[in-house]
Amino acid sequence: MLVRARGLTKRFGDFTAVDGIDFDLYRGEAFGFLGPNGAGKSSTMRMIGCVSPPTSGELTILGIDPVRDGSAIRARLGVVPQDDTLDVELTVIENLLVYGRYFGLPRRVIRERAAALLEFVQLADRARDKVDPLSGGLKRRLTIARSLINEPEILILDEPTTGLDPQARHVVWDRLFRLKQRGVTLILTTHYMDEAEQLCDRLVVMDHGTFAAEGSPRDLITRYCSPEVLELRFDPELHDLAADKLKDFPAERAEVLADRILLYVTDGDAALAAVRASGLEPLTSLARRGTLEDVFLRLTGRRLC
Amino acid sequence: MIRGDDPPQTPPAHGGAARPPVTPLAVRAFGCWLTVYRRIWRSSIWSSVLGPLFYLGAIGFGLGSLVDRHGTASLGGVSYLAFVAPAILATSAMNTAMGEASYPVFGSVKWNKIYIAAQASPLRPGDIFRGHLMFMTMRIAMNTAVVTVFIWAFGVTRSAWAVLAWPAATLTGLAFAAPIAAWAVTVTTESSFAYMFRFGMMPLMLFSGTFFPLSQLPGWLRLLAYVTPLWHGVNLCRMLSLGHLDPPVALVNVAYLAALTAAGIWAGARTYRRRLYV
Repeated sequence: MLVRARGLTKRFGDFTAVDGIDFDLYRGEAFGFLGPNGAGKSSTMRMIGCVSPPTSGELTILGIDPVRDGSAIRARLGVVPQDDTLDVELTVIENLLVYGRYFGLPRRVIRERAAALLEFVQLADRARDKVDPLSGGLKRRLTIARSLINEPEILILDEPTTGLDPQARHVVWDRLFRLKQRGVTLILTTHYMDEAEQLCDRLVVMDHGTFAAEGSPRDLITRYCSPEVLELRFDPELHDLAADKLKDFPAERAEVLADRILLYVTDGDAALAAVRASGLEPLTSLARRGTLEDVFLRLTGRRLC
Repeated sequence: MIRGDDPPQTPPAHGGAARPPVTPLAVRAFGCWLTVYRRIWRSSIWSSVLGPLFYLGAIGFGLGSLVDRHGTASLGGVSYLAFVAPAILATSAMNTAMGEASYPVFGSVKWNKIYIAAQASPLRPGDIFRGHLMFMTMRIAMNTAVVTVFIWAFGVTRSAWAVLAWPAATLTGLAFAAPIAAWAVTVTTESSFAYMFRFGMMPLMLFSGTFFPLSQLPGWLRLLAYVTPLWHGVNLCRMLSLGHLDPPVALVNVAYLAALTAAGIWAGARTYRRRLYV
Protein backbone atom coordinates (compact mmCIF):
# COMPACT_ATOMS: atom_id res chain seq x y z
CA MET A 1 0.00 0.00 0.00
CA LEU A 2 1.45 3.36 -1.01
CA VAL A 3 -0.93 5.80 0.61
CA ARG A 4 -3.21 5.23 3.57
CA ALA A 5 -5.58 7.88 4.90
CA ARG A 6 -7.98 7.62 7.83
CA GLY A 7 -10.24 10.45 8.85
CA LEU A 8 -8.05 12.83 6.87
CA THR A 9 -9.21 16.39 7.50
CA LYS A 10 -8.08 19.81 6.34
CA ARG A 11 -9.59 22.98 7.72
CA PHE A 12 -8.84 26.59 6.83
CA GLY A 13 -10.24 28.60 9.72
CA ASP A 14 -13.95 27.77 9.85
CA PHE A 15 -13.98 26.24 6.40
CA THR A 16 -13.57 22.48 6.17
CA ALA A 17 -12.01 21.68 2.81
CA VAL A 18 -11.53 17.95 3.42
CA ASP A 19 -13.84 16.33 5.89
CA GLY A 20 -12.53 13.08 7.31
CA ILE A 21 -11.88 10.93 4.25
CA ASP A 22 -10.54 7.35 4.25
CA PHE A 23 -8.72 5.76 1.34
CA ASP A 24 -5.96 3.33 0.43
CA LEU A 25 -3.90 3.53 -2.73
CA TYR A 26 -2.01 0.57 -4.09
CA ARG A 27 1.12 0.29 -6.18
CA GLY A 28 0.62 0.52 -9.93
CA GLU A 29 -2.95 1.74 -9.95
CA ALA A 30 -4.32 4.95 -11.37
CA PHE A 31 -6.57 6.63 -8.84
CA GLY A 32 -8.75 9.60 -9.65
CA PHE A 33 -10.33 12.30 -7.52
CA LEU A 34 -13.36 13.73 -9.32
CA GLY A 35 -15.47 16.55 -8.14
CA PRO A 36 -16.67 20.06 -8.82
CA ASN A 37 -14.46 23.06 -8.07
CA GLY A 38 -14.08 23.51 -4.34
CA ALA A 39 -14.85 19.87 -3.52
CA GLY A 40 -11.52 19.43 -1.73
CA LYS A 41 -9.55 17.67 -4.47
CA SER A 42 -6.59 20.02 -4.56
CA SER A 43 -6.39 20.21 -0.77
CA THR A 44 -6.21 16.42 -0.68
CA MET A 45 -3.52 16.47 -3.37
CA ARG A 46 -1.47 19.00 -1.45
CA MET A 47 -1.63 16.84 1.66
CA ILE A 48 -0.48 13.80 -0.31
CA GLY A 49 2.21 15.98 -1.88
CA CYS A 50 3.45 16.79 1.64
CA VAL A 51 3.15 20.55 1.25
CA SER A 52 0.10 20.93 3.44
CA PRO A 53 -0.03 19.43 6.93
CA PRO A 54 -3.35 17.67 7.69
CA THR A 55 -5.46 19.35 10.37
CA SER A 56 -6.36 15.96 11.80
CA GLY A 57 -6.56 12.31 10.88
CA GLU A 58 -3.93 9.85 9.80
CA LEU A 59 -1.91 9.97 6.61
CA THR A 60 0.91 7.64 5.66
CA ILE A 61 2.70 7.86 2.33
CA LEU A 62 5.22 5.20 1.29
CA GLY A 63 5.08 4.08 4.89
CA ILE A 64 6.30 7.47 6.14
CA ASP A 65 4.48 10.13 8.17
CA PRO A 66 4.47 13.32 6.03
CA VAL A 67 4.51 15.63 9.03
CA ARG A 68 7.63 14.01 10.41
CA ASP A 69 9.57 13.54 7.19
CA GLY A 70 7.85 15.16 4.22
CA SER A 71 11.20 15.71 2.58
CA ALA A 72 11.94 11.98 2.32
CA ILE A 73 8.52 11.35 0.82
CA ARG A 74 8.78 14.18 -1.67
CA ALA A 75 12.09 12.75 -2.85
CA ARG A 76 10.06 9.80 -4.18
CA LEU A 77 7.07 11.72 -5.56
CA GLY A 78 6.51 13.50 -8.85
CA VAL A 79 4.12 16.43 -8.90
CA VAL A 80 2.37 18.02 -11.86
CA PRO A 81 0.66 21.04 -10.32
CA GLN A 82 -2.53 22.61 -11.62
CA ASP A 83 -0.70 25.75 -12.75
CA ASP A 84 2.61 25.31 -14.50
CA THR A 85 5.52 26.32 -12.31
CA LEU A 86 8.14 26.21 -15.03
CA ASP A 87 10.80 28.89 -15.05
CA VAL A 88 9.91 30.64 -18.30
CA GLU A 89 13.20 32.55 -18.43
CA LEU A 90 15.15 29.32 -18.72
CA THR A 91 15.31 26.88 -21.59
CA VAL A 92 13.46 23.59 -21.72
CA ILE A 93 16.55 21.58 -20.80
CA GLU A 94 17.61 24.04 -18.07
CA ASN A 95 14.27 23.57 -16.36
CA LEU A 96 15.00 19.87 -16.09
CA LEU A 97 18.59 20.42 -14.96
CA VAL A 98 17.61 22.83 -12.20
CA TYR A 99 14.85 20.56 -11.00
CA GLY A 100 17.08 17.49 -10.99
CA ARG A 101 19.51 19.34 -8.74
CA TYR A 102 16.75 19.81 -6.19
CA PHE A 103 16.72 16.05 -5.83
CA GLY A 104 20.47 15.95 -5.33
CA LEU A 105 21.03 13.94 -8.49
CA PRO A 106 24.50 14.04 -10.06
CA ARG A 107 24.67 16.22 -13.18
CA ARG A 108 25.56 13.29 -15.41
CA VAL A 109 22.48 11.38 -14.29
CA ILE A 110 20.26 14.41 -14.77
CA ARG A 111 21.55 14.94 -18.31
CA GLU A 112 20.91 11.33 -19.26
CA ARG A 113 17.43 11.33 -17.76
CA ALA A 114 16.55 14.75 -19.18
CA ALA A 115 17.41 13.61 -22.69
CA ALA A 116 15.31 10.46 -22.32
CA LEU A 117 12.40 12.37 -20.77
CA LEU A 118 12.32 15.01 -23.50
CA GLU A 119 12.25 12.16 -25.97
CA PHE A 120 9.39 10.60 -24.01
CA VAL A 121 7.25 13.76 -24.05
CA GLN A 122 8.26 14.50 -27.65
CA LEU A 123 10.09 17.72 -26.85
CA ALA A 124 13.63 16.66 -27.75
CA ASP A 125 13.82 19.07 -30.68
CA ARG A 126 12.85 22.00 -28.41
CA ALA A 127 15.47 21.30 -25.71
CA ARG A 128 17.41 24.56 -26.28
CA ASP A 129 14.31 26.75 -26.71
CA LYS A 130 13.12 29.14 -24.07
CA VAL A 131 10.00 28.00 -22.23
CA ASP A 132 8.10 31.28 -22.47
CA PRO A 133 6.87 31.04 -26.09
CA LEU A 134 5.89 27.36 -25.85
CA SER A 135 2.19 26.52 -26.19
CA GLY A 136 0.14 25.35 -23.22
CA GLY A 137 0.29 21.75 -24.37
CA LEU A 138 4.08 21.78 -24.73
CA LYS A 139 4.49 23.41 -21.33
CA ARG A 140 2.32 20.72 -19.78
CA ARG A 141 4.41 18.01 -21.37
CA LEU A 142 7.55 19.70 -20.07
CA THR A 143 6.01 19.86 -16.60
CA ILE A 144 5.31 16.14 -16.82
CA ALA A 145 8.87 15.45 -17.97
CA ARG A 146 10.19 17.54 -15.09
CA SER A 147 8.06 15.70 -12.55
CA LEU A 148 9.65 12.44 -13.68
CA ILE A 149 13.29 13.52 -13.27
CA ASN A 150 13.61 11.72 -9.92
CA GLU A 151 11.96 8.55 -11.27
CA PRO A 152 9.07 8.88 -8.82
CA GLU A 153 7.12 5.94 -7.46
CA ILE A 154 3.96 8.04 -7.31
CA LEU A 155 3.01 10.72 -9.81
CA ILE A 156 0.51 13.30 -8.56
CA LEU A 157 -1.36 15.21 -11.27
CA ASP A 158 -3.71 18.05 -10.41
CA GLU A 159 -6.00 18.60 -13.40
CA PRO A 160 -3.33 17.56 -15.91
CA THR A 161 -5.19 18.59 -19.07
CA THR A 162 -7.25 21.57 -17.98
CA GLY A 163 -6.97 24.31 -20.58
CA LEU A 164 -5.45 22.14 -23.31
CA ASP A 165 -6.87 21.64 -26.77
CA PRO A 166 -8.15 18.14 -27.71
CA GLN A 167 -4.96 17.18 -29.57
CA ALA A 168 -2.76 18.16 -26.66
CA ARG A 169 -5.01 16.34 -24.19
CA HIS A 170 -4.75 13.12 -26.16
CA VAL A 171 -0.97 13.35 -26.25
CA VAL A 172 -0.90 13.84 -22.47
CA TRP A 173 -3.29 10.92 -21.91
CA ASP A 174 -1.19 8.71 -24.11
CA ARG A 175 1.99 9.56 -22.16
CA LEU A 176 0.28 9.05 -18.81
CA PHE A 177 -1.06 5.71 -19.96
CA ARG A 178 2.46 4.64 -20.90
CA LEU A 179 3.72 5.65 -17.48
CA LYS A 180 1.03 3.54 -15.90
CA GLN A 181 2.10 0.61 -18.06
CA ARG A 182 5.61 1.07 -16.68
CA GLY A 183 4.26 0.67 -13.15
CA VAL A 184 4.15 4.30 -12.01
CA THR A 185 1.26 4.88 -9.63
CA LEU A 186 -0.87 7.79 -10.78
CA ILE A 187 -3.01 9.96 -8.54
CA LEU A 188 -4.96 12.56 -10.43
CA THR A 189 -7.74 15.04 -10.05
CA THR A 190 -9.91 16.04 -12.93
CA HIS A 191 -13.32 17.33 -13.77
CA TYR A 192 -13.17 15.82 -17.23
CA MET A 193 -15.13 12.60 -17.11
CA ASP A 194 -13.59 11.26 -20.30
CA GLU A 195 -10.18 11.75 -18.73
CA ALA A 196 -11.23 9.75 -15.69
CA GLU A 197 -12.67 6.98 -17.87
CA GLN A 198 -9.52 6.88 -19.98
CA LEU A 199 -6.98 6.79 -17.18
CA CYS A 200 -8.41 5.69 -13.85
CA ASP A 201 -8.67 2.15 -12.53
CA ARG A 202 -10.45 3.43 -9.50
CA LEU A 203 -11.93 6.76 -8.60
CA VAL A 204 -13.79 8.68 -5.97
CA VAL A 205 -16.36 11.38 -6.56
CA MET A 206 -15.70 14.14 -4.06
CA ASP A 207 -18.21 16.74 -2.97
CA HIS A 208 -18.09 19.13 0.00
CA GLY A 209 -14.93 17.53 1.29
CA THR A 210 -16.25 13.97 1.47
CA PHE A 211 -16.54 11.02 -0.88
CA ALA A 212 -19.94 10.78 -2.56
CA ALA A 213 -19.02 7.49 -4.28
CA GLU A 214 -16.07 5.22 -4.87
CA GLY A 215 -15.33 2.49 -7.43
CA SER A 216 -14.12 1.74 -10.94
CA PRO A 217 -15.63 3.86 -13.73
CA ARG A 218 -17.68 0.86 -14.92
CA ASP A 219 -18.87 0.15 -11.35
CA LEU A 220 -20.00 3.69 -10.81
CA ILE A 221 -21.95 3.79 -14.05
CA THR A 222 -23.66 0.52 -13.19
CA ARG A 223 -24.42 1.67 -9.70
CA TYR A 224 -25.49 5.26 -10.27
CA CYS A 225 -26.66 5.34 -13.87
CA SER A 226 -28.66 3.24 -16.32
CA PRO A 227 -27.00 1.47 -19.27
CA GLU A 228 -28.49 4.01 -21.67
CA VAL A 229 -29.78 7.54 -21.57
CA LEU A 230 -32.42 8.94 -23.88
CA GLU A 231 -32.25 12.71 -24.35
CA LEU A 232 -35.43 14.31 -25.67
CA ARG A 233 -35.99 17.88 -26.74
CA PHE A 234 -39.53 19.13 -27.27
CA ASP A 235 -41.11 22.23 -28.66
CA PRO A 236 -40.77 24.72 -25.74
CA GLU A 237 -44.58 25.00 -25.54
CA LEU A 238 -44.95 21.28 -25.15
CA HIS A 239 -41.97 20.92 -22.79
CA ASP A 240 -43.97 21.05 -19.54
CA LEU A 241 -46.73 18.84 -20.83
CA ALA A 242 -44.24 16.24 -22.03
CA ALA A 243 -42.38 16.46 -18.75
CA ASP A 244 -45.59 15.74 -16.91
CA LYS A 245 -46.45 12.75 -19.05
CA LEU A 246 -42.96 11.27 -19.00
CA LYS A 247 -42.76 11.34 -15.21
CA ASP A 248 -44.86 8.19 -15.10
CA PHE A 249 -42.99 6.62 -17.99
CA PRO A 250 -41.45 3.22 -17.16
CA ALA A 251 -37.87 4.50 -16.93
CA GLU A 252 -35.36 3.97 -14.16
CA ARG A 253 -35.44 7.71 -13.65
CA ALA A 254 -36.60 10.78 -15.55
CA GLU A 255 -34.80 14.08 -15.19
CA VAL A 256 -36.37 17.30 -16.40
CA LEU A 257 -33.91 20.02 -17.38
CA ALA A 258 -34.71 23.49 -18.64
CA ASP A 259 -34.38 22.50 -22.28
CA ARG A 260 -34.33 18.70 -22.32
CA ILE A 261 -35.79 15.66 -20.68
CA LEU A 262 -33.46 12.80 -19.83
CA LEU A 263 -34.77 9.26 -19.47
CA TYR A 264 -32.47 6.77 -17.80
CA VAL A 265 -33.35 3.44 -19.41
CA THR A 266 -31.97 0.04 -20.39
CA ASP A 267 -32.68 0.37 -24.08
CA GLY A 268 -32.75 3.86 -25.57
CA ASP A 269 -34.25 2.98 -28.93
CA ALA A 270 -37.03 0.93 -27.39
CA ALA A 271 -37.79 3.80 -25.00
CA LEU A 272 -37.96 6.26 -27.88
CA ALA A 273 -40.42 4.03 -29.70
CA ALA A 274 -42.55 3.84 -26.56
CA VAL A 275 -42.47 7.65 -26.16
CA ARG A 276 -43.66 8.07 -29.73
CA ALA A 277 -46.34 5.42 -29.24
CA SER A 278 -47.69 7.44 -26.33
CA GLY A 279 -48.34 10.31 -28.73
CA LEU A 280 -45.34 12.56 -27.87
CA GLU A 281 -43.20 13.67 -30.77
CA PRO A 282 -39.80 15.09 -29.71
CA LEU A 283 -38.07 17.68 -31.93
CA THR A 284 -34.79 15.87 -31.48
CA SER A 285 -33.80 12.72 -29.69
CA LEU A 286 -30.53 11.09 -28.77
CA ALA A 287 -30.11 7.60 -27.38
CA ARG A 288 -26.64 7.15 -25.87
CA ARG A 289 -24.77 5.07 -23.32
CA GLY A 290 -24.71 6.10 -19.70
CA THR A 291 -21.44 7.84 -18.89
CA LEU A 292 -19.42 8.88 -15.92
CA GLU A 293 -20.66 12.39 -16.54
CA ASP A 294 -24.20 11.26 -15.77
CA VAL A 295 -22.94 9.70 -12.56
CA PHE A 296 -21.03 12.83 -11.69
CA LEU A 297 -23.98 15.14 -12.26
CA ARG A 298 -26.28 12.86 -10.36
CA LEU A 299 -23.98 12.71 -7.35
CA THR A 300 -22.85 16.31 -7.22
CA GLY A 301 -25.97 17.92 -8.64
CA ARG A 302 -26.37 20.32 -11.51
CA ARG A 303 -25.89 23.38 -9.36
CA LEU A 304 -23.20 25.89 -10.19
CA CYS A 305 -20.82 26.90 -7.48
CA MET B 1 1.30 23.87 13.10
CA ILE B 2 4.18 26.25 12.54
CA ARG B 3 7.71 25.10 13.07
CA GLY B 4 11.03 26.07 11.62
CA ASP B 5 11.76 22.87 9.77
CA ASP B 6 10.84 19.29 9.78
CA PRO B 7 13.66 17.02 10.89
CA PRO B 8 16.33 16.25 8.31
CA GLN B 9 15.81 13.52 5.77
CA THR B 10 16.18 10.09 7.25
CA PRO B 11 18.49 7.98 5.15
CA PRO B 12 16.59 5.53 2.96
CA ALA B 13 16.22 2.11 4.50
CA HIS B 14 17.70 0.35 1.49
CA GLY B 15 21.34 0.40 0.48
CA GLY B 16 23.67 -0.01 3.42
CA ALA B 17 26.63 0.62 1.10
CA ALA B 18 28.53 3.90 1.16
CA ARG B 19 26.54 6.59 -0.62
CA PRO B 20 27.95 9.53 -2.54
CA PRO B 21 28.06 12.78 -0.56
CA VAL B 22 24.69 14.46 -0.53
CA THR B 23 24.45 18.17 -1.36
CA PRO B 24 22.81 20.05 1.52
CA LEU B 25 19.25 20.99 0.62
CA ALA B 26 19.75 24.75 0.90
CA VAL B 27 22.77 24.57 -1.42
CA ARG B 28 20.56 22.86 -4.01
CA ALA B 29 18.18 25.82 -3.88
CA PHE B 30 21.16 28.17 -4.23
CA GLY B 31 22.17 26.22 -7.35
CA CYS B 32 18.84 27.06 -8.95
CA TRP B 33 19.39 30.78 -8.39
CA LEU B 34 22.84 30.53 -9.92
CA THR B 35 21.37 28.98 -13.06
CA VAL B 36 18.80 31.75 -13.29
CA TYR B 37 21.46 34.38 -12.65
CA ARG B 38 23.67 33.04 -15.41
CA ARG B 39 20.96 34.25 -17.79
CA ILE B 40 20.60 37.77 -16.45
CA TRP B 41 23.99 38.72 -14.96
CA ARG B 42 24.94 41.01 -17.83
CA SER B 43 22.12 43.46 -17.23
CA SER B 44 22.59 43.36 -13.45
CA ILE B 45 26.31 44.14 -13.75
CA TRP B 46 25.61 47.52 -15.28
CA SER B 47 23.43 48.72 -12.48
CA SER B 48 25.86 47.50 -9.83
CA VAL B 49 28.82 49.22 -11.52
CA LEU B 50 27.22 52.44 -12.70
CA GLY B 51 25.04 53.17 -9.66
CA PRO B 52 27.87 53.55 -7.14
CA LEU B 53 30.06 55.23 -9.74
CA PHE B 54 27.44 57.96 -10.22
CA TYR B 55 27.08 58.41 -6.48
CA LEU B 56 30.80 58.61 -5.86
CA GLY B 57 31.24 60.98 -8.78
CA ALA B 58 28.33 63.32 -8.13
CA ILE B 59 28.36 63.41 -4.36
CA GLY B 60 31.99 62.64 -3.62
CA PHE B 61 33.57 64.90 -6.19
CA GLY B 62 30.79 67.32 -7.04
CA LEU B 63 29.34 68.05 -3.63
CA GLY B 64 32.69 67.18 -2.05
CA SER B 65 34.56 70.03 -3.72
CA LEU B 66 32.03 72.44 -2.25
CA VAL B 67 32.24 70.95 1.25
CA ASP B 68 36.02 70.71 1.32
CA ARG B 69 36.31 74.45 0.62
CA HIS B 70 34.55 75.22 3.90
CA GLY B 71 36.72 73.06 6.07
CA THR B 72 36.23 69.44 7.05
CA ALA B 73 36.82 69.54 10.79
CA SER B 74 33.41 68.02 11.53
CA LEU B 75 34.23 65.19 9.11
CA GLY B 76 37.28 64.31 11.18
CA GLY B 77 39.63 66.24 8.94
CA VAL B 78 39.37 64.01 5.89
CA SER B 79 38.09 65.00 2.47
CA TYR B 80 34.37 64.72 1.86
CA LEU B 81 34.97 61.98 -0.69
CA ALA B 82 36.93 59.95 1.87
CA PHE B 83 34.14 60.56 4.36
CA VAL B 84 31.26 59.65 2.09
CA ALA B 85 32.80 56.77 0.11
CA PRO B 86 32.53 54.07 2.84
CA ALA B 87 28.96 55.23 3.50
CA ILE B 88 28.12 54.73 -0.16
CA LEU B 89 29.63 51.28 0.17
CA ALA B 90 27.33 50.41 3.09
CA THR B 91 24.34 52.04 1.41
CA SER B 92 24.86 50.13 -1.80
CA ALA B 93 24.88 46.92 0.26
CA MET B 94 21.55 47.94 1.74
CA ASN B 95 20.09 48.82 -1.65
CA THR B 96 21.19 45.54 -3.19
CA ALA B 97 19.73 43.69 -0.21
CA MET B 98 16.40 45.51 -0.47
CA GLY B 99 16.22 44.85 -4.19
CA GLU B 100 17.10 41.17 -3.95
CA ALA B 101 14.99 40.39 -0.88
CA SER B 102 11.78 42.12 -1.96
CA TYR B 103 10.38 41.58 -5.47
CA PRO B 104 12.35 38.40 -6.22
CA VAL B 105 11.00 36.76 -3.04
CA PHE B 106 7.46 37.90 -3.73
CA GLY B 107 7.76 36.83 -7.36
CA SER B 108 9.00 33.38 -6.38
CA VAL B 109 5.61 32.81 -4.81
CA LYS B 110 3.43 34.76 -7.22
CA TRP B 111 5.09 35.25 -10.60
CA ASN B 112 7.70 32.75 -11.71
CA LYS B 113 6.81 30.45 -8.80
CA ILE B 114 10.35 29.27 -8.20
CA TYR B 115 9.45 28.52 -4.58
CA ILE B 116 6.29 26.65 -5.51
CA ALA B 117 8.23 24.45 -7.92
CA ALA B 118 10.99 23.84 -5.38
CA GLN B 119 8.47 23.01 -2.69
CA ALA B 120 7.41 19.82 -4.47
CA SER B 121 11.00 18.54 -4.22
CA PRO B 122 12.76 17.37 -1.06
CA LEU B 123 13.56 21.01 -0.22
CA ARG B 124 11.80 22.27 2.88
CA PRO B 125 10.63 25.89 3.24
CA GLY B 126 13.65 26.66 5.42
CA ASP B 127 15.98 25.25 2.75
CA ILE B 128 14.29 27.31 0.07
CA PHE B 129 14.73 30.41 2.23
CA ARG B 130 18.36 29.77 3.13
CA GLY B 131 19.26 28.86 -0.44
CA HIS B 132 17.82 32.13 -1.68
CA LEU B 133 19.56 34.00 1.12
CA MET B 134 22.88 32.49 0.00
CA PHE B 135 22.24 33.89 -3.43
CA MET B 136 21.36 37.31 -1.99
CA THR B 137 24.58 37.23 0.01
CA MET B 138 26.48 36.48 -3.17
CA ARG B 139 24.85 39.40 -4.98
CA ILE B 140 25.55 41.75 -2.07
CA ALA B 141 29.16 40.59 -1.90
CA MET B 142 29.54 41.10 -5.65
CA ASN B 143 28.21 44.63 -5.58
CA THR B 144 30.12 45.68 -2.48
CA ALA B 145 33.28 44.24 -4.04
CA VAL B 146 32.78 46.55 -7.01
CA VAL B 147 32.33 49.59 -4.74
CA THR B 148 35.30 48.60 -2.58
CA VAL B 149 37.46 48.50 -5.69
CA PHE B 150 36.21 51.96 -6.74
CA ILE B 151 36.98 53.44 -3.34
CA TRP B 152 40.42 51.96 -3.42
CA ALA B 153 40.94 53.19 -6.99
CA PHE B 154 39.91 56.72 -6.01
CA GLY B 155 42.67 56.60 -3.44
CA VAL B 156 40.56 57.64 -0.47
CA THR B 157 41.17 54.67 1.78
CA ARG B 158 43.43 55.53 4.68
CA SER B 159 44.50 52.14 5.99
CA ALA B 160 44.99 48.47 5.24
CA TRP B 161 41.92 47.83 7.38
CA ALA B 162 39.94 49.05 4.39
CA VAL B 163 40.05 45.51 3.01
CA LEU B 164 37.70 44.53 5.83
CA ALA B 165 35.18 47.17 4.74
CA TRP B 166 34.09 44.69 2.06
CA PRO B 167 32.93 41.92 4.45
CA ALA B 168 31.60 44.61 6.80
CA ALA B 169 29.42 46.01 4.03
CA THR B 170 28.32 42.51 3.05
CA LEU B 171 27.26 41.87 6.63
CA THR B 172 25.35 45.17 6.54
CA GLY B 173 23.49 43.97 3.46
CA LEU B 174 22.72 40.64 5.05
CA ALA B 175 21.29 42.37 8.11
CA PHE B 176 18.74 43.87 5.74
CA ALA B 177 18.27 40.94 3.37
CA ALA B 178 17.41 38.27 5.95
CA PRO B 179 14.63 40.13 7.80
CA ILE B 180 13.25 41.70 4.61
CA ALA B 181 13.04 38.32 2.85
CA ALA B 182 11.36 36.88 5.94
CA TRP B 183 8.77 39.62 5.66
CA ALA B 184 8.53 39.73 1.84
CA VAL B 185 7.35 36.12 1.62
CA THR B 186 4.29 37.05 3.68
CA VAL B 187 3.42 40.07 1.51
CA THR B 188 0.27 39.72 -0.56
CA THR B 189 0.34 42.92 -2.63
CA GLU B 190 3.46 44.24 -4.25
CA SER B 191 2.70 47.85 -3.34
CA SER B 192 4.04 47.06 0.14
CA PHE B 193 7.51 47.18 -1.38
CA ALA B 194 6.97 50.68 -2.73
CA TYR B 195 6.32 51.78 0.85
CA MET B 196 9.49 50.06 2.00
CA PHE B 197 11.58 51.86 -0.57
CA ARG B 198 9.93 55.22 0.03
CA PHE B 199 9.63 55.21 3.80
CA GLY B 200 12.41 52.76 4.67
CA MET B 201 15.22 53.13 2.23
CA MET B 202 15.05 56.89 1.67
CA PRO B 203 15.12 58.06 5.32
CA LEU B 204 17.75 55.48 6.18
CA MET B 205 19.95 56.74 3.37
CA LEU B 206 19.53 60.33 4.48
CA PHE B 207 19.71 60.07 8.25
CA SER B 208 22.21 57.34 9.04
CA GLY B 209 25.36 59.44 9.04
CA THR B 210 25.73 58.75 5.37
CA PHE B 211 26.15 62.13 3.73
CA PHE B 212 26.84 64.18 6.87
CA PRO B 213 28.06 63.26 10.36
CA LEU B 214 25.42 62.47 12.95
CA SER B 215 26.81 65.35 15.06
CA GLN B 216 24.90 67.65 12.70
CA LEU B 217 21.56 66.16 13.81
CA PRO B 218 19.54 67.25 16.86
CA GLY B 219 20.01 64.97 19.86
CA TRP B 220 16.76 63.00 19.65
CA LEU B 221 17.21 62.29 15.95
CA ARG B 222 20.76 61.19 16.64
CA LEU B 223 19.47 58.62 19.10
CA LEU B 224 17.07 57.37 16.46
CA ALA B 225 19.90 57.08 13.96
CA TYR B 226 21.90 54.91 16.36
CA VAL B 227 19.10 52.37 16.25
CA THR B 228 19.06 52.08 12.47
CA PRO B 229 21.05 49.20 11.06
CA LEU B 230 22.44 51.35 8.28
CA TRP B 231 24.22 53.64 10.77
CA HIS B 232 26.00 50.61 12.25
CA GLY B 233 27.04 49.53 8.78
CA VAL B 234 28.14 53.01 7.74
CA ASN B 235 30.06 53.54 10.97
CA LEU B 236 31.82 50.19 10.67
CA CYS B 237 32.78 50.69 7.04
CA ARG B 238 33.95 54.24 7.72
CA MET B 239 36.14 53.27 10.66
CA LEU B 240 37.74 50.53 8.57
CA SER B 241 38.20 52.69 5.50
CA LEU B 242 39.63 55.68 7.35
CA GLY B 243 41.67 53.53 9.67
CA HIS B 244 40.49 54.94 13.01
CA LEU B 245 39.07 51.77 14.37
CA ASP B 246 37.50 51.96 17.80
CA PRO B 247 37.33 48.27 18.76
CA PRO B 248 34.48 48.41 21.32
CA VAL B 249 32.31 50.46 18.96
CA ALA B 250 33.18 48.20 16.04
CA LEU B 251 32.23 45.22 18.15
CA VAL B 252 28.85 46.75 18.95
CA ASN B 253 28.33 47.49 15.24
CA VAL B 254 29.17 43.93 14.22
CA ALA B 255 27.08 42.43 17.03
CA TYR B 256 24.07 44.56 16.11
CA LEU B 257 24.25 43.62 12.42
CA ALA B 258 24.87 39.97 13.22
CA ALA B 259 21.92 39.93 15.62
CA LEU B 260 19.61 41.37 12.96
CA THR B 261 20.85 38.79 10.47
CA ALA B 262 20.31 35.97 12.94
CA ALA B 263 16.82 37.23 13.80
CA GLY B 264 15.99 37.37 10.09
CA ILE B 265 17.24 33.84 9.49
CA TRP B 266 15.25 32.58 12.45
CA ALA B 267 12.08 34.39 11.37
CA GLY B 268 12.45 33.45 7.70
CA ALA B 269 12.37 29.71 8.37
CA ARG B 270 9.02 30.28 10.11
CA THR B 271 7.41 32.75 7.72
CA TYR B 272 8.42 30.68 4.71
CA ARG B 273 6.90 27.62 6.28
CA ARG B 274 3.69 29.41 7.14
CA ARG B 275 3.42 30.81 3.62
CA LEU B 276 4.34 27.69 1.67
CA TYR B 277 2.78 24.95 3.83
CA VAL B 278 -0.88 25.93 3.87
